[in-house]
Amino acid sequence: MANTADQIFVLLKHWIVSIFPAAIQPYLGVLLSVVAIIAVFPGLFALTTVIERKGLGRMQNRIGPNRTGPYGILQPIADGIKSLTKEDIVPTSADAVVHFIAPLVLVVAVFMGFAVLPMGRNMQLVDMDAGLLFFFAIGASTELSIFMAGWSSRNKYSLLGAMRAVAQMISYEVPLLMSSVAIVMITGSLSLVKIVDAQNQYTWGLPHWYIFTPWGCAAFVMFCIAATAETNRSPFDLPEGESELVAGYFTEYSGFKFALFFLGEYLGMFSISGLGATLFLGGWSAPLQVLNFVPSWIWFFAKVMLSIVVLIWIRGTLPRLRQDQLMNFAWKFVLPMTLLNLLVAAIWRFMGDGILRWIVCSAILIGVYVVVGTIEMRRKKIGPRTYRYAE
Amino acid sequence: MTPLAGYLLVAALLFAIGLAGALTRRNAILVLIGIELMLNAANLNLVAFWRYGPHPELLTGMMFAIFSIAVAAAEAAVGLGLVIAIYRHVRTTDLDEINRMKG
Amino acid sequence: MNVVFWILAVITVFGGLTAVTLKNTVHCALALTVAFAGLALLFLQLDAQFAGFAQILVYIGAVAILVVFAILLTRGSETPSEGVFSHTWFSGLLIAAAVFAVLAWAVLNSTAALPHVSSAPTVSVQQIGSALMGRYVLPLEIVALLLTAAMLGAVMVALHEKGEQK
Repeated sequence: MANTADQIFVLLKHWIVSIFPAAIQPYLGVLLSVVAIIAVFPGLFALTTVIERKGLGRMQNRIGPNRTGPYGILQPIADGIKSLTKEDIVPTSADAVVHFIAPLVLVVAVFMGFAVLPMGRNMQLVDMDAGLLFFFAIGASTELSIFMAGWSSRNKYSLLGAMRAVAQMISYEVPLLMSSVAIVMITGSLSLVKIVDAQNQYTWGLPHWYIFTPWGCAAFVMFCIAATAETNRSPFDLPEGESELVAGYFTEYSGFKFALFFLGEYLGMFSISGLGATLFLGGWSAPLQVLNFVPSWIWFFAKVMLSIVVLIWIRGTLPRLRQDQLMNFAWKFVLPMTLLNLLVAAIWRFMGDGILRWIVCSAILIGVYVVVGTIEMRRKKIGPRTYRYAE
Repeated sequence: MTPLAGYLLVAALLFAIGLAGALTRRNAILVLIGIELMLNAANLNLVAFWRYGPHPELLTGMMFAIFSIAVAAAEAAVGLGLVIAIYRHVRTTDLDEINRMKG
Repeated sequence: MNVVFWILAVITVFGGLTAVTLKNTVHCALALTVAFAGLALLFLQLDAQFAGFAQILVYIGAVAILVVFAILLTRGSETPSEGVFSHTWFSGLLIAAAVFAVLAWAVLNSTAALPHVSSAPTVSVQQIGSALMGRYVLPLEIVALLLTAAMLGAVMVALHEKGEQK
């Protein structure tokens, strides 16, 4: 029974495919999986917009949208109708062809990233030998579409926003890759399915997720920082800083194209949360061995939604970073820490099983972080807050 | 025409286009674009021979192509840095005007 | 011959052609990206998965962005006053055509001598990794050194020096 519930989508797909003749069966199988992805993730996107607006509203001591439906749950439908019926304005001096294809390239590239994520047992679209490399290669292609959007608008603010966004994305791409390389090193494979399988083991009821190892925890923190910067979310959302650049690189977009950019950004959040869940949180495996009866795809989507909620929480809490602070942080702090993390992961691997490797690896990571942190704080004279009151 | 000959012809065509671009355009950056096209054509040649040739060594062709990609990226970075530095000095990227050694 | 191969070949050659003939430099850079994408798909068609994904990651994800940034920093998007082709364009075109003629003649005439083996070598990423650390460790280290030198060199060459007029 548990196995049926776990594999219900796979069995459904096989049943539908078996109805049709054998010649088109492989293509039909792939088509069904693609349609499923295209249906599920924009649905999740609609849910996320409501969660974000209500959540941010509550954090900012106000109620979010509450007029459309109970607790504002039909707000995405209203938003969808609005963006579809708005007039599509293209500035006269804009480069029409590039202006048109920029959102398309973004959405296509982001959707392709979902092809390698294992969303449940046997539920990945393609099991590629170099799956993780494919994901990062596709992620790198999204930067060019942001540049195209900013440049084709012939607007100084758009171009500035686009340059900032591209500089930020390429700066944080290296820590993103390096923090995942530690995982690849320990697992021995670039295939995401094998990475999840390696984490699907239990000792005394607790799972072998990589986040529960010292180097995995540090890598997860770096990955989260780099992922937040890659998707241009607060506190790294200077490119779309609403108080500074109007709307950054999508200032000149209206109506459906703006909706496509919005969709692309949120889908990017989903796919990188999915990757984080796969690499560090065990993908579709349950947290405790007793909970294995719950279907695997429920665990995957629960982890992804948890990551989204944390991202929204961070957006509502932290102030925005300035451009030079952002780049400084990437190149001078996060990147050296990820390199150190690689070293610690290698030490972990070669020390063999036992309590000693936990102590040594944790000591190295915590020691370096504390030392670097105190030196930096002393240099910048950061200390407890002092208050100055008006006379 | 065997598949290998098809790939080699595409690579030769791309190489010739890159060479034409590098030899005929005024802008220094477009010359660099032509050079990148030529390097890519050579990579295509390498991978086509790796796939369709005899395989005494399973990996040589692919390794060569990967190293070539890495070296091309490094060369593009340095070349574009040089173009930017020259632009700061003479305020133009037009190669027909940067034809004197005297600074 | 495969239909997919012809479509990809047409896309790549079209991308290359537009990259060297368009007037607007940023359009040339975007056409170059199309050529890179076509080439990456050709690599995937040749069962070279790692090379194809590395091509996308390095060329489209880094080199294309470098080219675009260089164009923006050197005001390349303004159309030049005297046309985009240099005054020696005819001889350049002639040389390129001659090179293509020689290469095509060589390829078409040696079809008989070219090997016909068409079984794809199955290379896993693990084998590539072991080879990089085993047999090819010296080229790997040299490439690492080269990339470090190139990065430092590019930063130093393009650095704004103090006192230099902007």
